[in-house]
Amino acid sequence: MEKVNVAIIGPGNIGQDLMIKIARSEVLNLHCVVNIKESPGLERARQMGAYTSTDSVNYLLAEHSDDVEIVFDATSATAHEACAERLKEAGFFTLDLTPAAIGPYCVPTVNLSEEMLAEPELNLVTCAGQATVPMVHAVNEVADVYYAEIVASLASLSAGPGTRANIDEFTETTRAALESIGGADRGKAIIILNPAEPPIFMRNTIYTRVRNVDMEAIKAACARAMEEMREFVPGTRWRMEPTLLDPDGDTVMMMIEIEGLGDYLPVYSGNLDIINAAAVYIAEIKARQLLERRRSGGAVKAEGEAES
Amino acid sequence: MRIRIADTTLRDGSHSVRHQFELDEIRRIAGALDAAGIDLIEVGHGDGLTGSTCNYGFSKHEDFEIIAAAAEVVKQARLAVLLLPGIGTIPDLHRAWDAGARAVRVATHVTEADIAEQHIRAAKKMGYFTVGFLMMAHRSSVERIVEEALKMESYGADVVYATDSAGAMLPNEVRAKFTALRRSLEVPLGFHSHNNLGLAIGNTVAALENGATWVDGSLAGLGAGAGNTTTELLVAVLNRLGYPHGADLYRTMDAAAVDFAAVAEAHGLTVTANQDAMMLGYAGVYSSFMLHTKRAAKRFGVDYRDIILELGRREAVGGQEDWIQEIAAAMAAERAGQTR
Repeated sequence: MEKVNVAIIGPGNIGQDLMIKIARSEVLNLHCVVNIKESPGLERARQMGAYTSTDSVNYLLAEHSDDVEIVFDATSATAHEACAERLKEAGFFTLDLTPAAIGPYCVPTVNLSEEMLAEPELNLVTCAGQATVPMVHAVNEVADVYYAEIVASLASLSAGPGTRANIDEFTETTRAALESIGGADRGKAIIILNPAEPPIFMRNTIYTRVRNVDMEAIKAACARAMEEMREFVPGTRWRMEPTLLDPDGDTVMMMIEIEGLGDYLPVYSGNLDIINAAAVYIAEIKARQLLERRRSGGAVKAEGEAES
Repeated sequence: MRIRIADTTLRDGSHSVRHQFELDEIRRIAGALDAAGIDLIEVGHGDGLTGSTCNYGFSKHEDFEIIAAAAEVVKQARLAVLLLPGIGTIPDLHRAWDAGARAVRVATHVTEADIAEQHIRAAKKMGYFTVGFLMMAHRSSVERIVEEALKMESYGADVVYATDSAGAMLPNEVRAKFTALRRSLEVPLGFHSHNNLGLAIGNTVAALENGATWVDGSLAGLGAGAGNTTTELLVAVLNRLGYPHGADLYRTMDAAAVDFAAVAEAHGLTVTANQDAMMLGYAGVYSSFMLHTKRAAKRFGVDYRDIILELGRREAVGGQEDWIQEIAAAMAAERAGQTR
C-alpha cells in the first residue's frame, strides 16, 4: 500500500517509541529522523532505513520539505517553540508531542474533527492529558464538572529529560486541557515521578466535582470512554472505578492504570503509549486523507520511500 | 559558623490542622517567630504552593492570602514558601513573590532533582533565596543523594536540604549522608526531620555535627506524622552545644507555649511538648524538681524557667528540693526591691 512520508524530530523515549509504532503502520513511512546530536535513537533510525541528521530542523527543512508531509515533534516545549513557525511555513502537518501548546489541543476520542485535520499543527497535550481528559469529558457530559483534578504517577524511568525539564509546561498544559477539552470549569494537574523498583505502571487518578451527582450516568459514561481509550491502548484498565468519595458529597474519584505495548520502553511506560498511540492515530487519518487526495490527482508532495 | 533556624509550623504544621489555619492565627504565630529571631518562616499549604486540592485537602485560605497575612508581621526573618514541581508552577512563584514571599524551598523526591531545575533557576532570577529540598532522603544511597544534591547546587540553589520526610532515618545514616554531602557540595546544607521514631532532635544534632548549618523545626513539634523537630527544643540544644544562632530561647518557648498553644487549642489539638521538662535537661537539674519548682514559681510569682536555670548554676544535686523555695523567694524579693 502507498504510504505517506513522516519525520520525527527528537528520537528520545517518545521518538523511539513512535518509530516502532510508525513501522507497523499501513499508511505511514518513517522517512527521516533528526536530532541535535548523535544518539542511540538516531542510530536506531538509521538501522530502520530512515534518513538521519544531527542538524535537526535545519536538515529536515533543507532536504525533506518536499518529500515529508507529516512531522512528529518529540523534543521539548522550548525546542518546539523555536521551530514551530518554520515547520508551518514548510507546509508540514505537525503533531506536537511537547507541551508547547501552540496548535489546538487534540485528544482524538474527544475532539478530533475535519477542521482540526486542516490545521498546520496539533498539540497532543501530554500523556497525562491523553489519559485523563476523555474521562473528565465523559463525566462532564452527564454530570457537569465544575472542578477536575488529576494526579498522574509515572515511573521515573519513563520520564525522559524533555519531560523533566518542562514539568511546568506539562502540568499547565494538562490543566488547560482538562478545562478546554474536558469541559471542567476549573482544572488542576499534579504530576508525580516514582522511582520504585520494579517500576510502577502509569497511574492516573481523576477527581471530578460535579453539579449533578448521578452515579449511574457517570459510571456508564466512563465505561464508554474506557472502551474508546482501550482501542488506542488495550492495556488501559480501571484500578478504581468511578466512586463517590463521600456519600453526601460531590467528588467522584477514579483511577486508571495504563500498561503499554512495550514497544520501546517496557510495559510500565503506558504514558508513552497513550500519547504516541493518539499521535499515530491522528497521523494515519491525515495520511489516508492525503493519499485519497493523491489518488484523485490533487497537489501532493513528491512520493518516495526511504532508503529501505 | 552561625546556624540558621527555619520554622515550618505554618507549613508542615498545617497538615495537623488539615490546612485550616485562620489568617489571624497565621499573623500571631508568624509574628511570634519573627520576634523570637527565627531565620526563615515557612507558610502555606502542607503540600506546598497550590497544594490545596482534592488529593491533599483544601485549605481554609489560599496560599497567597496566607503569605500576604504573614508578610504583614514578618520583619526580620525570610518569609518562605514550599514548591513541589509537578504541583506548583513558576507563575505561582511570581504570585507568591508579589504576596511577600522572599524565600522558596523547591522540593522533589530524593532521586528526582532534575525536575526542580526550571523552578530553582526561575526563583533565583526573581530574587528568591532558594533552597533545594530533597525529600524522603532515606530512600536513596549516599552516592545517589550526593549526585542529586549536586544537581540542585548546579541549578543555583543557595542551600541544599536532605529531608527525612518519613522520619525513618537513623543517626548513623544521617552522619554518613551529611559527611558525603559536605565533602562534595560547596553551598550550605540543611536538615529537616520528622519525629516518627523519636529521633528528630538526635538526627538533627548528627546533621549539625557533620556539616549542616540550616536546621528545621516547628513549634511544639507540630507537623505531619509525629511532627518535626521541636523548634524550642532545637534552640535549647543549640545553646547547649554552643552553636551560635539568632534565636531567643524564652521567646521561642513562649511562641510555642503561649501563642501556638492558643491556636492549637482552637483546632482541638493539645500541645504535648513538655517545656518544663525541657528546662530540666537544658539546665541539668534533677528531674523530680519539676513539680516542686512549678508550685514555687506560682507561689512566689516568678518565672519557672529562671528558678531552674539558677538551680543549674548552683549545681544543686538530687535531694535538694529545699533550695527551690529559697531561690524562688529570693527572686521575688529581689524583684520587689527593684520595683520599690
